[in-house]
Amino acid sequence: MWKFILRRVLIMIPQLFILSIIVFAMAKAMPGDALSGKVMDPGISPERIEELRDQMGLNDPMHTQYIRWISNVAQGDFGQSYTHKTKVMNVIEDRVWQTVYLSLFTVIIIYALAIPLGILSGRYNDTWIDKAITGYTYVGFATPTFIFGLIVLFLFGFTLDLFPTGGTVSSKVDEGTFAYFLSKLNHMVLPAFSAALISTVGVVQYLRSEVVDNKLKDYVRTARSKGIPESKVYSRHILRNSFLPIAAFLGYEITGLIGGSIIIETIFSYPGIGQLFVTSISLRDFSVVTALVMLTGFATLLGTLLSDIILSAVDPRIRIE
Amino acid sequence: MGMNVETVTTAPPKEISPSGMKVIWREIRKDRMAMISLVVLGIVLIAVYSAALFIDKDAVARVDVFSIYMDPSSAYWLGTDYGGRDVFKQLIIGTRNSFSISLGITVLTALIGLSAGLIAGYFGGWTDNIIMRVIDFVITLPQMMFIIVLVTIIPKFTVTTFILIMTLFLWTGKARLIRSKVLSERELDYVHASQTLGTPHWKIILYHILPNVSSLIIVNFTLNLAGNIGLETALTFLGFGLPESTPSLGTLIAYATNPEVLEYRWWIWLPASVMILILMLSINFIGQALKRAGDARQRRG
Repeated sequence: MWKFILRRVLIMIPQLFILSIIVFAMAKAMPGDALSGKVMDPGISPERIEELRDQMGLNDPMHTQYIRWISNVAQGDFGQSYTHKTKVMNVIEDRVWQTVYLSLFTVIIIYALAIPLGILSGRYNDTWIDKAITGYTYVGFATPTFIFGLIVLFLFGFTLDLFPTGGTVSSKVDEGTFAYFLSKLNHMVLPAFSAALISTVGVVQYLRSEVVDNKLKDYVRTARSKGIPESKVYSRHILRNSFLPIAAFLGYEITGLIGGSIIIETIFSYPGIGQLFVTSISLRDFSVVTALVMLTGFATLLGTLLSDIILSAVDPRIRIE
Repeated sequence: MGMNVETVTTAPPKEISPSGMKVIWREIRKDRMAMISLVVLGIVLIAVYSAALFIDKDAVARVDVFSIYMDPSSAYWLGTDYGGRDVFKQLIIGTRNSFSISLGITVLTALIGLSAGLIAGYFGGWTDNIIMRVIDFVITLPQMMFIIVLVTIIPKFTVTTFILIMTLFLWTGKARLIRSKVLSERELDYVHASQTLGTPHWKIILYHILPNVSSLIIVNFTLNLAGNIGLETALTFLGFGLPESTPSLGTLIAYATNPEVLEYRWWIWLPASVMILILMLSINFIGQALKRAGDARQRRG
């Protein structure tokens, strides 16, 4: 086990290195540089700018620039934001928690829906309830999140006026109170459900086929012949075996949500990092864009690492490869 | 001598299993949803592509200040947008563009993914190792962010560059899928027999292995086509998809980012959304039927 984890972590080092080089190359290809982030006197002469560029090392050879950049990044320094007039890390710190809360809420809904639906569908396969659930997974599989989100926003946000249509919290409540917490939840309902109802179908399909496969296995027959009630056969025996691989996908699920946050947050005007990314690109605030790409890339690598480790803990056969 | 051996060993098989195309056709006919989907998709595509021939593309993109935000009428079936442009005609052109471009992306990713998968799976060893490391890496990248950044920083952005950028990230899943199938295929006797006979590798790959992974390729192609329509329109919706000169279904839906349009002018964005749903659902249903046709255990007929 430890050998597997060590090898898996070692694979991540070159991946991180390549990721940083790609992001650095993209940052260099973006218009503007560290100077455009500074507030400057508009009457400044081109010679003075060139002097400043020399001082900041922007005319150094690429590899020196890369080394300086990556050592700053390792310390969490991504430079200045041009639109927010503050450190990039401060801007991101403000937003990242909103996305984390929304993603957690979404993951909870995904699993809260997928587990009962998957088990019902697998247990009573080829009955009307299975057909209904399978129909839902087909439709959900073919529906893009942005269209579903828009229709949800149109119906429940505007037409029926049941939920807020943007933001994270109402301005009328004080921070720290219970009402504040409720208002936050209320603002997350539409974006979280829109993302979850679509993302859950993959888990449902997977769980269903696991249950269908498992219920014909010998250990289930043994359990039944010992006289264990049917409900317990499912809740204790089949569910445990079917659920382990699903739990392992949690890491991938979370990284998928970070990517999906771009669409969901834009539609529901939810100020997380997805929306920050889109506005920063539109405002050409490239220091923020670079930081977000680097951090999200790092987060996805970590998420995959986590999933791989859980998978190998659950299923020893993966380790032997 | 060799010729003699061949004539001796060929005995006519008693039971001919139905050919691939026949199985696929039978499966689609058995599955009511797939059959309806095929008909609907056929009608929509024929209607859209032939109607697009009669629409003056420049006239659709021209701003007309005298007819801004008109309600649906006999002249403008779905009203007009903020630039006074006919929404219905944009819908036709947009459907055609979105479908054609997604098809282009799918074909290109299929070619690259197929080649990479066949080579990695067949040769194994170091070749496989290198290709798989690249795939593992590209798959874990936050693809949407990278695509958006590339779309913004590339100076001369056209439809071709868009297709290439998308392909850069989307070939990996298919390559991995095909590689795993080829890995098990190359251990089978017919491949070993061919290798012993001295058949060149490229011939084994093209004439022996490729036909055996073809059903997987077809299924994956259909499902990817549907997925790419969703991805292209989502990117265009965010403003990072097709260039403005090429309207897509996502362009029409992007008007709904204006709450006024979303709430009171649903005829601008809803038809385009429904069109995407129709395209993706019907392609997916056909894909599911193909999937069953490719797996003898799941066939209905």
